Amino acid sequence: MASGNKTTLLFYPSTTNVSAKIHPVVLFNICDSFVRRPDQAERVIGTLLGSVSADGIVEIKNSYAVPHNESADQVALDIDYHHTMYLSHQKVNPKEVIVGWYSTGSGVSGGSQLIHEFYSREVSNPVHLTVDTGFTNGEASLKCYVSFNLSLGDRQLAAQFQEIPLDLRMIEAERVGFDILKTTVVDKLPNDLEGMEATMKRLLALIDDVYNYVDGVVEGRLIPDNNIGRFISNTLSSLPKISPATFDKVFNDRIQDNYALVYLSSLARTQLSIAEKLNTAAQVL
Amino acid sequence: MANTMARSFLQAVATEEVAPPLRVVQMEGLAVLKIIKHCKEFSPALVTGQLLGLDVGSVLEITNCFPFPTREEDDENEADGANYQLEMMRCLREVNVDNNTVGWYQSTLLGSYQTVELIETFMNYQENIRRCVCIIYDPSRSNQGVLALKALKLTESFMDLYRHNSFIGEKLREKKLSWVDIFEEIPIKVSNSALISAFMTELEPDSPVVQCDLDRLKLSTAPFMERNLEFLIECMDDLSSEQNKFQYYYRNLSRQQAQQQTWLQKRRTENIARKAAGEEPLPEEDPSNPIFKPIPEPSRLDSYLITNQVANYCNQINGAAGQSFSKLYLMKALQDN
Repeated sequence: MASGNKTTLLFYPSTTNVSAKIHPVVLFNICDSFVRRPDQAERVIGTLLGSVSADGIVEIKNSYAVPHNESADQVALDIDYHHTMYLSHQKVNPKEVIVGWYSTGSGVSGGSQLIHEFYSREVSNPVHLTVDTGFTNGEASLKCYVSFNLSLGDRQLAAQFQEIPLDLRMIEAERVGFDILKTTVVDKLPNDLEGMEATMKRLLALIDDVYNYVDGVVEGRLIPDNNIGRFISNTLSSLPKISPATFDKVFNDRIQDNYALVYLSSLARTQLSIAEKLNTAAQVL
Repeated sequence: MANTMARSFLQAVATEEVAPPLRVVQMEGLAVLKIIKHCKEFSPALVTGQLLGLDVGSVLEITNCFPFPTREEDDENEADGANYQLEMMRCLREVNVDNNTVGWYQSTLLGSYQTVELIETFMNYQENIRRCVCIIYDPSRSNQGVLALKALKLTESFMDLYRHNSFIGEKLREKKLSWVDIFEEIPIKVSNSALISAFMTELEPDSPVVQCDLDRLKLSTAPFMERNLEFLIECMDDLSSEQNKFQYYYRNLSRQQAQQQTWLQKRRTENIARKAAGEEPLPEEDPSNPIFKPIPEPSRLDSYLITNQVANYCNQINGAAGQSFSKLYLMKALQDN
């Protein structure tokens, strides 16, 4: 369906260079509504909210499921539901507007065209996101499409869904940490120091890797790669050059500052516990 | 056989009457992400929202949530907000989301959430639902690679005191309630559906360094510390003004007692004189006299809350300082190499 075969029939609008970016909460929401789908429903569909920037990047920030009924060649969407939900979402964040719709399952199916037409009336040029919850090809595939009308003269022939690039980097999920998002149960949230420890361990491992690589190249065990070499020298040169004396001074100053802060807060805490004892002591009066 | 079973069933019912204490809050990854998204988008404004989930034994599951629109101070808006809430609950029920309120979430700035408002809201929720919890998220700390998510509830003994509005020294001593016992933090567990887990494992980038690592290793902690200290100083000022209130109260109290003593002395000598003269003695109590009117003792709630905040800031400063020590030593080691 979505292919790049060019015939004279095709008319590509100027916005072919659109791409989409997805917020992890959208994926979570879609999966959750799929897990909670009604009995016997094949797939869930819903509305995508977000924003479109001037350079054609569609940012999908939020979503909600819309109940629907599907039979052989008919799709009934609960339009009232869609509208009330949209109004509710607008109250919270007026900046998030409809950018398209999603459906679970792999690829575009027959009924999709009808739904896409409905969303085209809500917003011009909606995007269509498919999430393959069945893992049909044995992999998690998320795809994003825009649709074009193919027409010959005045006659509508068909609609073509063209795939657009989807950015799956999900910085937000990285901030939370994949460790707690990818397992089914996490017993305890990592606290500050544990997180720090994990990060330092990773940094150490990375430095070790670099050492091993460099040693390997020097000893002739590994084939040298100029690109990697350049990366390493770039990284090394990005360290600011400070004379040991200045560094020691800066370092010691910072350490002293921190000690002062720790001292201050411990003092305050001690005061609190003294005050606590005094306040609740039996009144002498 | 059937008899014993019936009995054991009865026993089971009887034992279930006593609700097990809330031990763990189990949050779905979806709820965590939704809270983070909402709080972050509106930061530094403070926002709130509703938590939906199930109450299962000693575990409170939070499976979904929805944000509240930012409130404006309007009477009209209040009804509007209630409508919004009902509408949202109805809509979510239609797509089979758990339709049971279990509490609310709110964002905070550097952990300054211990306020009277929070307690009031909590009491409101507690009236309607037996078990509720408040999730606090601090968007300002996520820039340091910390997931600052907390589940709080008020302790039973505190709620008892609050209902009777008796925050005077004697009652507090009786209950042995100190400022540490107002809030109770409940450990959070995060759970995800198998589907999500599969997707995230697939989509996890191969790169060994992720954003939160970079955030954690940032060397500049000065702005964070500065703001913490600022808040700490403010709180200290508040605390000292609370202390002044108490001192004022005690001064008044002792002055009143001195007045009462002199009055009694006078009355007694008068009575001795009257007795000598053969007249009836005058009563030793005179309720109409203003010096016998008890002076109300100021509530200790505020000072307790402020103390809580101060302790919180101290903890944060200590934690951040500890981290920056380790970061600095790491930096030194790198530089030495």
